[in-house]
Amino acid sequence: MLKTFPKGGIHPPENKLTSSNSIKRMPVPKVVYVPIAQHIGIPSEIVVDRKDKVELGQVIAKSGGFVSSNIHSPVAGTVTKLDMIVDSSGYKKQCIVIRTDVKNETNFEEIDYPLKKEITLEPQEIVRRISDYGIVGLGGATFPSHVKLNVKEDKKLDCLLVNGVECEPYLTADHRLMLEKAEEILVGIRILMKALHLHRAVIGIENNKRDAIEVFKKLTADEKEIQVAALRVKYPQGSEKQLVKAILKREVPKNGLPLDVGVVVHNVGTIFAIYQAIQHQQPLIERVVTVTGKQLKEPSNFWVKIGTPIKDLVEEVGGLPEGTRKIVNGGPMMGKAIKNTDVPVTKGTSGILVIHEDEASRGEPKACIRCGDCVDVCPMGLEPHLLMNLSEKGLYEKAAQEDILTCIECGSCSYVCPSHRPLLDYIRFGKSIAKKMVTSKN
Amino acid sequence: MDSPPIVISASPHVHSDRTAKRIMYDVVIALVPAFLVSVYVFGIHALIATTAAVGSCLLFEYLIQKYFLRTEVTILDGSALITGILLAFNLPATLPVWMIIVGSLVAVGIAKLSFGGLGYNVFNPALVGRVFLLICFPVQMTLWPTPVENNTSLVDAISGATTLGIIKDGLQIGETMGTISAQLPSNMNMLLGITGGSLGEMSALALLLGGLYLIIRKVISWHIPVTVLATMAVMTGIFWWADPTQYVSPIIHLLAGGAILGAFYMATDLVTSPVTKKGMVVFAIGIGLITVVIRLFGSYPEGISFAILIMNAFVPLINKFFKPRRFGSKIKATIV
Ligand code: SF4
Ligand code: SF4
Repeated sequence: MLKTFPKGGIHPPENKLTSSNSIKRMPVPKVVYVPIAQHIGIPSEIVVDRKDKVELGQVIAKSGGFVSSNIHSPVAGTVTKLDMIVDSSGYKKQCIVIRTDVKNETNFEEIDYPLKKEITLEPQEIVRRISDYGIVGLGGATFPSHVKLNVKEDKKLDCLLVNGVECEPYLTADHRLMLEKAEEILVGIRILMKALHLHRAVIGIENNKRDAIEVFKKLTADEKEIQVAALRVKYPQGSEKQLVKAILKREVPKNGLPLDVGVVVHNVGTIFAIYQAIQHQQPLIERVVTVTGKQLKEPSNFWVKIGTPIKDLVEEVGGLPEGTRKIVNGGPMMGKAIKNTDVPVTKGTSGILVIHEDEASRGEPKACIRCGDCVDVCPMGLEPHLLMNLSEKGLYEKAAQEDILTCIECGSCSYVCPSHRPLLDYIRFGKSIAKKMVTSKN
Repeated sequence: MDSPPIVISASPHVHSDRTAKRIMYDVVIALVPAFLVSVYVFGIHALIATTAAVGSCLLFEYLIQKYFLRTEVTILDGSALITGILLAFNLPATLPVWMIIVGSLVAVGIAKLSFGGLGYNVFNPALVGRVFLLICFPVQMTLWPTPVENNTSLVDAISGATTLGIIKDGLQIGETMGTISAQLPSNMNMLLGITGGSLGEMSALALLLGGLYLIIRKVISWHIPVTVLATMAVMTGIFWWADPTQYVSPIIHLLAGGAILGAFYMATDLVTSPVTKKGMVVFAIGIGLITVVIRLFGSYPEGISFAILIMNAFVPLINKFFKPRRFGSKIKATIV
């Protein structure tokens, strides 16, 4: 029996068009646009000025607090502007514009380092470097990684979970990375285990990636401390709480974190970035991005410099096809629709999905027929139809009592509703207001 | 190149292809076998009654929405069609057409549209129509045609009695179960549909076939029908076991009357049943109990329509009490 989380979940068509395409390297862009708010938490503070020359990997914006992160220059070049540009949130955000110096060879050096297994850094040094090198959660949440490694004395940790689930349809960035960098990821796991003094790690991979499961099973055959868990395919298994439940049968308390049940979860992409930072002194300046869509000429997986305009990626796969209606930064379930392709790739960009007009339109919303499907699929045990209703009527306090704040915004409810109710739209809105009410009360 | 019109909307960007309309038409498909049996059994009467009910339900919905409420006309969403079919299924096949039209008006106009239309109604519209007719026209509503020999004839069929009616009347005049049993149709006939009763409750087999289709298509879950029938079987079983001279076997109770029609098609109406599985089970137990109480001790031989309507009224309360368990709400310290 394959493991999975027990309550709720859906099976959208997988559409993993690029799972057998190896990761190609995008050409270095002429100009990069690096926003300073790429992570959850406090935006970073810009430490460069117009006309400054910057080295590859130089810090250009410093962490603005504990829950924040450094940002490094993805290229060697010259800062041409400090500008406000629209990022994937749809809002204008401050951003550092750097023109690549085409004569600087460091820009074009091979970054494929040989495997280095021996871990020489001590735990505190590992945590410090993860913080210094700008590592944030690359699975989409972009939570600064060092925060998860600063575990208070009173919390007892006993397991590291490695998130290789990639439950979003279409996306294959983590899948490819697991196939191509499995040994590096294992070293990364060792690094985290050392930093957290852990003796157990489990790699969770959904069963639609049999090849990745096999690779890790083979590599960990003699390992006592690292196991591989094959999971039944079910969305949203990549969500931390669902993953902890699926693999360890532990339930993270309502307003708690995996830490409360002795677990830390890191995504495989993040772990690879940690490997690069600790073993090869490379800060987080590039990531894997899946560029996909049914009408694209050549859907692909790319190594992309942070700050590369999405336009460049789309050109590289043959341009926007005729009839494109939506461009999504991320996967189809949780990604954000963007207005145009000027938006740059940031640390949280796991994929670019181009949707054709035939699939883009939402059905006309109809009255709720109380079928209960939304209740059945909600992995958090909520009643989406009720939460939408309360949000619509402005009853935010009541919605908070009905646990609207625990919604993980997975979108399963909106996905299944046969009446095409925009459940999550209203829940998201109600949630944001309920949150403000709760924080202002405390 | 002109940039194409790009739309922005919030996630999710994909949607399941299951729609409310498809669910409704699946219910219609599921009712086809039972309809064919009723045409076979009651001939032209079944056709006339069903056409009258469906036609008037659609027409009333159209007229009321267009001229009275002045809202969007939704007669194609399939729900009025289902109400019409189910209403017809719950009537004697030879009921005068004008009565059917009155029943349709009550079902669509009062039970559905005056509550705010599909999704807002508390009571199952077809059942409200049926119960209204039963109260207004008790004689005609219990005049059961027996299956006709020549099933194209328009002459009134001879009035026979339903299985449950035979039992109730027999017990009232003091007959013993032995003599009553002799008058009952065989279990096999009830299964296939050669018995007296309302239009759509003839063949248990045809209804089960459609019910199975609904479960396979995930239009309904097994919880309500199975729990209703199981509760009825257990209850009537206890009485039968205690005193077989006064009570008939559970098998007769399940096959006769509207048990299967009610359990699979009326109680499972999405709008008027609870949203959680736990709630569904509670709701269904209630229906089973009330049905048996009415059948055994009430003055009506059949009680499932009343039972469903009574439980419909409890649905908001059930939804409030039987909520899904919130993730992370019960913290067990299970650090392995
Ligand atoms: S209510 Fe929130 S957690 Fe539940 S299915 Fe909808 S989006 Fe997911
Ligand atoms: S899935 Fe849609 S129609 Fe069904 S109960 Fe939820 S909101 Fe209502």
